[in-house]
Amino acid sequence: MEILASSIVAGLLFGMVLALVALGLTIIFGVMDIINFAHGEFLMYGMYTALLASQVLGVDPLLTLPLAALVGFLLGIACYKGFITYILRGPMIAQLLGTFGLMLLLRNIALLVFGSEDRAVHHGVLVDKSFEMGMGIIVPATKLAAAGLSVVAFVAVWLLMNRTRMGKALTATALNPQGARYMGISTEKMNALAWGIGGASVTVAGALIVNFWPVNPYVGLLFTMIAFTIVALGGFGSVPGAFFAALVVGLITEIPGFWDFLTYTLELDWMYDVPMTSFKYMWIYVAYFIIMVVRPRGLFGWKH
Amino acid sequence: MSSGILAIEDLKVRYSGLPVLQGISLHVDAGETVCVLGANGAGKSTLLRAIMGAQPAFAGRVLFDGREIQKHSTADIVRLGIVYVPEEKMLFSPITVEENLLLGAYVMDEEAQIRANLAFVYRLFPRLEERRRQAASTLSGGEQQMVAIGRGLMSNPKILMLDEPSLGLAPVLVDEVLDTVRKLKAEGMTILLVEQNVREALDLADRGYILQTGRIVGEGTGPALMASDQVKSAFLGL
Repeated sequence: MEILASSIVAGLLFGMVLALVALGLTIIFGVMDIINFAHGEFLMYGMYTALLASQVLGVDPLLTLPLAALVGFLLGIACYKGFITYILRGPMIAQLLGTFGLMLLLRNIALLVFGSEDRAVHHGVLVDKSFEMGMGIIVPATKLAAAGLSVVAFVAVWLLMNRTRMGKALTATALNPQGARYMGISTEKMNALAWGIGGASVTVAGALIVNFWPVNPYVGLLFTMIAFTIVALGGFGSVPGAFFAALVVGLITEIPGFWDFLTYTLELDWMYDVPMTSFKYMWIYVAYFIIMVVRPRGLFGWKH
Repeated sequence: MSSGILAIEDLKVRYSGLPVLQGISLHVDAGETVCVLGANGAGKSTLLRAIMGAQPAFAGRVLFDGREIQKHSTADIVRLGIVYVPEEKMLFSPITVEENLLLGAYVMDEEAQIRANLAFVYRLFPRLEERRRQAASTLSGGEQQMVAIGRGLMSNPKILMLDEPSLGLAPVLVDEVLDTVRKLKAEGMTILLVEQNVREALDLADRGYILQTGRIVGEGTGPALMASDQVKSAFLGL
């Protein structure tokens, strides 16, 4: 029972962080119908920002969040202004291959600058502490804080998009870019803003994840795939959809925990022999495949 | 030559090499209501889109308050005070009527002015106030046209360009929409109107132009055009 409860709690907490990971991907797609293959690379830069800033400045990684947000915002706008705006004029295939190229570029810059070895955060107020939630559920403090702060950041972005003038202009551009231009809303500015907000939210997620996940220049791809699955499940362009889908995907990452629970409950010998932990992330890809076949528009439909 | 708040000089527009507008010149004076008449495919909507910077001009000039604007972006043109209510309405369908109207005031800075404009639009279209919290997509065709026009009025335009506002509406609604245009005209609004309802349009406009396959083939005051052979043969089947 404790295994089951622990797995559910861990899955939901990780799901909250994943919601912030996927938020930027769904916003950028919603506003300009572009799929950013380099999304996970943004996250990787967020991880390095928090790690290096905390080492260089000697502060707790959590205090580096505003810096990570700034780096992500500027990186997003730089990628848009310096690159995406040009490939938008080309055919659809140029846009797909273009962000794929951006992914390779960002990853190889990281390899050049940071090297290929794993690095992890070893010092911080939350590191190696855990929190007893009752029912025998123990949660690492880093994961609990990451989940809480992710929800705060997610809600902040949601409010920005729904309660401010700028956010409403962004929504209008997502719904009907030509109609928005006739309102005097510059599509160019809104696209840049979408990349800025998208970049900032995913680097903040990276800065939270690095507290419990080692970073290397290849870490982005897994998170890109996770974000794709979430956005496909929630509906491309849907912000609330991303949140609920992220919780589902968070639970999917805990399938080995559920498997263990079943194994102990059913006491079937063959179940002990299945190395389910090794297949941990396979289920995300399986889920992505099933969604694409069964419900390609996602749970919440596109852009709602 | 370039008189009027809006003046178009020898404007040419091409779609993938094919000439759509073949040298249009027209002007609209402040406070005037001018209509552009023409059959489907004559280039009426293209003309309005070209003024808005949504369709690049191949040659010619668009002057607004004496400034050349044919190279400006659509967003900048709206900021100058030209507002376009497209034939397709282009409402933001899942969001509410009031949110749609407020987006029309995106270029406005003063909150008090925005509130005053909203009140003005609700006085003009009381039905929209009743439905302000409804999603725009749930409205009838006539109500959606009201939202589109109301949204256009939210930014205090110096000139309002209406593209076939009565298109697809029931006769009673056509009258209602054109009465609204008449009211706006009475308030001193400068209006460039594209219409298929020839009699109604010429009746309410000060002047009109007749567009045929990308060229202006006739112009004059309402009664004069109404009596002209071009209008009789082209639109009224007389």
